[in-house]
Amino acid sequence: MSMIKLTVNGVARSASAEPRMSLLDFLRENLGLNATHMGCEHGVCGACSVILDGAPVRSCLLFAVQADGHAITTAEGLRKDDGTPGVIMDSFMEAHGLQCGYCTPGMMIAAHALLEQTTSPSDDEIHEAIGGNLCRCTGYAQIVEAIRLAGRRMKDAS
Amino acid sequence: MTAPLDSHAPNTRYVARKRRVTEDKRLAAGRGNFVQDIVLPGMLHVAVLASPHPRAKILSIDTSAALALPGVAAVLTGAQLSAATNPLYGGLPTPEVKWYPLAVDLTRYAGEWVAVVAATSRGLAEDAIELIAVEYESLPCIIDPEAALLPDAPLVHPGHKSNVLYRQTFTWGPVADDFAKAEDTLTFRARWNRSSTVPIETFGALARWDIGREIIEIWASIQMPNYAEQIAASLRIPLNSVKVHHDVDVGGSYGVKRGIKHTIIVAHLSRMLGGVPVRLIEDRLDNMSGGDAHGPDRIFDTTVAFDKNGSIRSLKIRALDDAGAYPGRGPFQLGKPIAALVGPYTINSVEYEAISVTTNKTGQVPVRGFGQSPTNFMIETAVDKVARHLGLDRLEIRRRNFIAPNAFPYEIPTGTKYDSGNYPAVLDKGIALADWQHLTLRRDAIRKEGRLAGIGVATCLEPGGGNNMFEYLMNPAAEITTFMEGCGIRVDSSGRITGIMGTTTSGQGHETLVATIMGEELEREPDDIRVLHADSLAGLPTRSPVASRMAIMLGGAAAGAARKIKDKLIKIAAHNLGVGESELDYDGGTFFDRANPARKLTWEQLCIIAHRQYHKLPAGLEPGLQAEYVWQVPGGGQLPDAQDKVQLYPCFSFQAHFALIEIDPGTGKVSILDYALAHDCGTVINPDIVRGMIIGGVAHGIGAALYEQFTYAPDGQFMSATFADYLMPSVFEVPFVRDVEHCTPSPLTSHGQKGSGEGGYLGAPACIASAVNDALSTRNLCLDSLPMHMMKIEALLNGDSQT
Ligand code: FES
Ligand code: FES
Repeated sequence: MSMIKLTVNGVARSASAEPRMSLLDFLRENLGLNATHMGCEHGVCGACSVILDGAPVRSCLLFAVQADGHAITTAEGLRKDDGTPGVIMDSFMEAHGLQCGYCTPGMMIAAHALLEQTTSPSDDEIHEAIGGNLCRCTGYAQIVEAIRLAGRRMKDAS
Repeated sequence: MTAPLDSHAPNTRYVARKRRVTEDKRLAAGRGNFVQDIVLPGMLHVAVLASPHPRAKILSIDTSAALALPGVAAVLTGAQLSAATNPLYGGLPTPEVKWYPLAVDLTRYAGEWVAVVAATSRGLAEDAIELIAVEYESLPCIIDPEAALLPDAPLVHPGHKSNVLYRQTFTWGPVADDFAKAEDTLTFRARWNRSSTVPIETFGALARWDIGREIIEIWASIQMPNYAEQIAASLRIPLNSVKVHHDVDVGGSYGVKRGIKHTIIVAHLSRMLGGVPVRLIEDRLDNMSGGDAHGPDRIFDTTVAFDKNGSIRSLKIRALDDAGAYPGRGPFQLGKPIAALVGPYTINSVEYEAISVTTNKTGQVPVRGFGQSPTNFMIETAVDKVARHLGLDRLEIRRRNFIAPNAFPYEIPTGTKYDSGNYPAVLDKGIALADWQHLTLRRDAIRKEGRLAGIGVATCLEPGGGNNMFEYLMNPAAEITTFMEGCGIRVDSSGRITGIMGTTTSGQGHETLVATIMGEELEREPDDIRVLHADSLAGLPTRSPVASRMAIMLGGAAAGAARKIKDKLIKIAAHNLGVGESELDYDGGTFFDRANPARKLTWEQLCIIAHRQYHKLPAGLEPGLQAEYVWQVPGGGQLPDAQDKVQLYPCFSFQAHFALIEIDPGTGKVSILDYALAHDCGTVINPDIVRGMIIGGVAHGIGAALYEQFTYAPDGQFMSATFADYLMPSVFEVPFVRDVEHCTPSPLTSHGQKGSGEGGYLGAPACIASAVNDALSTRNLCLDSLPMHMMKIEALLNGDSQT
C-alpha cells in the first residue's frame, strides 16, 4: 500500500492504494467520486477520461500512484461550487447530448479540455476532441451540438 | 378503409414540444445511479474463470488453493451451482438443452464461465481465479452454422441429439400460385454476421439475501422481461421473494442487458454466505467473450417472384440463425420479424423457413429490433436486386410496391395488420431532404473522376409495442397472449403528482415520457411531476423496455392512470359545484361551471377535498387521489388461427434512408459523404429523445453495416474480445445525419405515438448496403454480406481488377 496525495477538483485529497490499483478505481472506490466510468479498461472508449495537469487522460490506463502529487479534474469538477450544473453540464442537458449518460462524464471532460483552448471550436476541432470517446446511444450529433452550445455560452459570458 | 391520418404538430401543451429531458438533470451532472455506483457494507466481489477451450470435457476442478487465499469467501463451480438451482430459461421446447450459469461437465464455447470466486476485492478474486486448477479434455467443436446441420457435426448439447434447436416452415398466402404467375424470379443469399449492441457499460449485478424478510434483493443493469420470474424459478424460491430494484440507471442496453446467469451467480452466493452482499461487474473481456450478449448471426436464402413492371408478388425465405451455445430467448429473433416480413410492400404471399442452430459460440440475446434489422436488410436487398435486374429506378420500384396510404389498416399475408402509414409521403420528404438529384450529381461527378461512389436507399418498418405472439408461434406451450404494461399515479394533498413506473431505464427517457403524458392529460406542468421506478414487488406488471414499446405501452398506461384521476376530479367538482359533469369545463387543473365560469374549483381545492374533506366527496367515492392502469397491447390478445395468422405487434413506424458513399479502390474503405432520413413514428412525445434515438440508431447501423463483427477462428477461439478488435463507430465514422419527421398518428395509442427506440438501426444497414452495391455495380460486383469490412471490399475489387 502506498499513500497517494493529489489535488482533485481543487481539493487536496489523500488515500492509500495498492500499487496495482488504477487511477480509475482509486477515484471511484477510494475517493468516492463516481462520475468517472469504466467502459473498457484498455484505453479505447474514453468513459474514464479525467484531466491530469490540464490534459485529458484515460484513468484506466494510469496507476493511482502515477497521479501522486498531480492535479486531477473529474466530471464532478464541472459542477459549480454550489453543486449545481456548470455550463458544460447544462449545455448537455439543453441539447440532450446524452441518453443513458454512461459515456457522458468522459465526453464532458473531453469538451472541457477543448473549450479551455477555444470557446468557438470548429466542428473538426470538436470531432478531434471527442474522437477517442465512444458513445453507443447518440450517434454524436447532439453531443457535438451540446459542445458548440457550451462554447457559445462561455464566450458570451466572458 | 379509413382515410389516412396525416397531421403535423398536434394541438398539445407538452407532447411534441421541445422540453428538457428529466433524466438528463442527474445524468449530465454526473449523478447517475449505475450498478457500479451502489456500494453495500461488507460487499464481496466476484471474478470469473473462463474456459480456454471451445468444447471440452471438464475432468476435474481443484479449488483448494483459491479457497485458502486470505480474503476469499467462496469458490463456486458449475457442479455445485447446478445442484442447487434450476436451469435458466430457454424459450423453446428443448428440455435437453440445459443452460446453467457455470459450465457443467462440458464447456460449450471459448470464454464460457467454469467457476467463480467471491472475495473482498475484485483484484483478490482475480488472484484466486488463477489458483483454480481445471483439467480439460479438449473436443472438436462446431463454429459454422451450416456445418452444424450436417449429420456428423459435433453435438453442442449431446442430450438433444441434434444441433437444430428449431425448424419450421410457414406458408402465408398462395405462394405456389404467386410464383407460378410471376414473370420472373431471382435467388440470392444475404449474410448478417454476428454483432451486437455492446453498450459502453458492461453488465453488472449486486444481490443481497435478506434473511429476515426472505427476500433476495437485486440491483442490476438489467433490461429484460420476466427477470424476477426467471430468478425465482432458477433459485427455487417464491416470486414474491424476489425484489428487483428498478431505480438503477442502466448504461445503455438496446436489448442485450440480460445478465440472468450473472444474477443467479451473485444471488446464490449471497444466500450461500448468509446474506453477505455479492456483486459481479463484468470487465470488458468477460462481457465480450462470455457475457452471452451477442446478436443475430444469420444466413438468408431468398427467392423473390416478380413481374416485369417491378411488382413483387411473393417471397420464399430461408433464415438460418446461429444462436450460439445457449439459446435463451435468442431464437425468437427469427419469429418477431414475421410482424413485418413483407416490409412496407404489397407482397401477396410469403414462405418462411426459420431454422435456429446451436454452435460453440457465446449465447445470443435479443438485439435492438429483435431480428428485424437483418430481415429489413434482406428485404431491401431483394427490392434493389429486382430493380437492378429490371433496370428500374430504386425509388420507382418502391413506389410501385408500397402499400397505399388509403389502404390502412392493412393486413399482410402473415395476419398482422399495419395500423397506419403514408410511405410515399415519407419517401418524398426524404428525397427532398436528401436532395436526391444533387446526390446523384455528386455521385456521378466522383465516378467521372474514376473513383467508386454509390447512393443507398432503404425504406423500412419498425414494428413497435410487442405482444409476444411469436413465442406461441414457435412454441405452442407458451400460451401467452398479453404483453401488458402498468403505471400508477398519486396526486398528493398539495396537488403534486407522482407517477410510478415499474421497470428500469437505459437511456430512453421514460421518466420524461410518463411526466409529459400525465402532464398533457391533466394539464399540469410535467417538470413538477416526479416519476419513480418502483421495485418488482411494489410496482405494477411490466414487460420492460423491449420491443420499441414504451412510448406506446407505458405512455398508454400513464395516460390511462391520469384519465382515471381526471374522472375522479370531475365527479368531485360536479358534486361540489352542484352541476352535471357534462356542464363543466376544464383548464389547467381548474373546473369551471360553463354557464357561470366565476363558479369554479381549482386543482389545489380539489386535492384538499379528496385528501381531507370526506364530507365533500360524492357518496361512495374512495378518498385520496390515486389510480393504477394496466394496459393490454392494442389489437393483441388472440392466439394464431389455423393458418398461423396472427397479429404480431400493434404499431408500425416507417423510415426512408438515403446515403452517399465513396469507396477507396485501393483499400476498400467506405466513407459516408452524406446521410439523410425521413422518419414517421406518429406523434413524437419528446422531439429531442426521438431525434437522439434515430441518429444513435443510424450510428449503430453503420457499425453493423461496415465494421462490427464478433469473429471466431475456425478452431473456435474468439477473436474480438476488445474494442480494438470489435470496431464501433466513433464520431469520425458517423456522418452528420440530417433527419425530418413526418406524423401519421397511430389510431391505436393514447396520443397517436408509435415506437422509435430501435430507430435508425432498422434501416441504416440496408441503406449502407444499398449504397455500397450501387458503387460496386459500376464494376459488375456485388456484396451481400455484412459487415462490409474494407478487407472484404478490397478483396472483391482486386479480384475484379485482376480478371
Ligand atoms: S475505460 Fe478507460 S478508455 Fe475505456
Ligand atoms: S449516452 Fe449512452 S453511451 Fe453515450
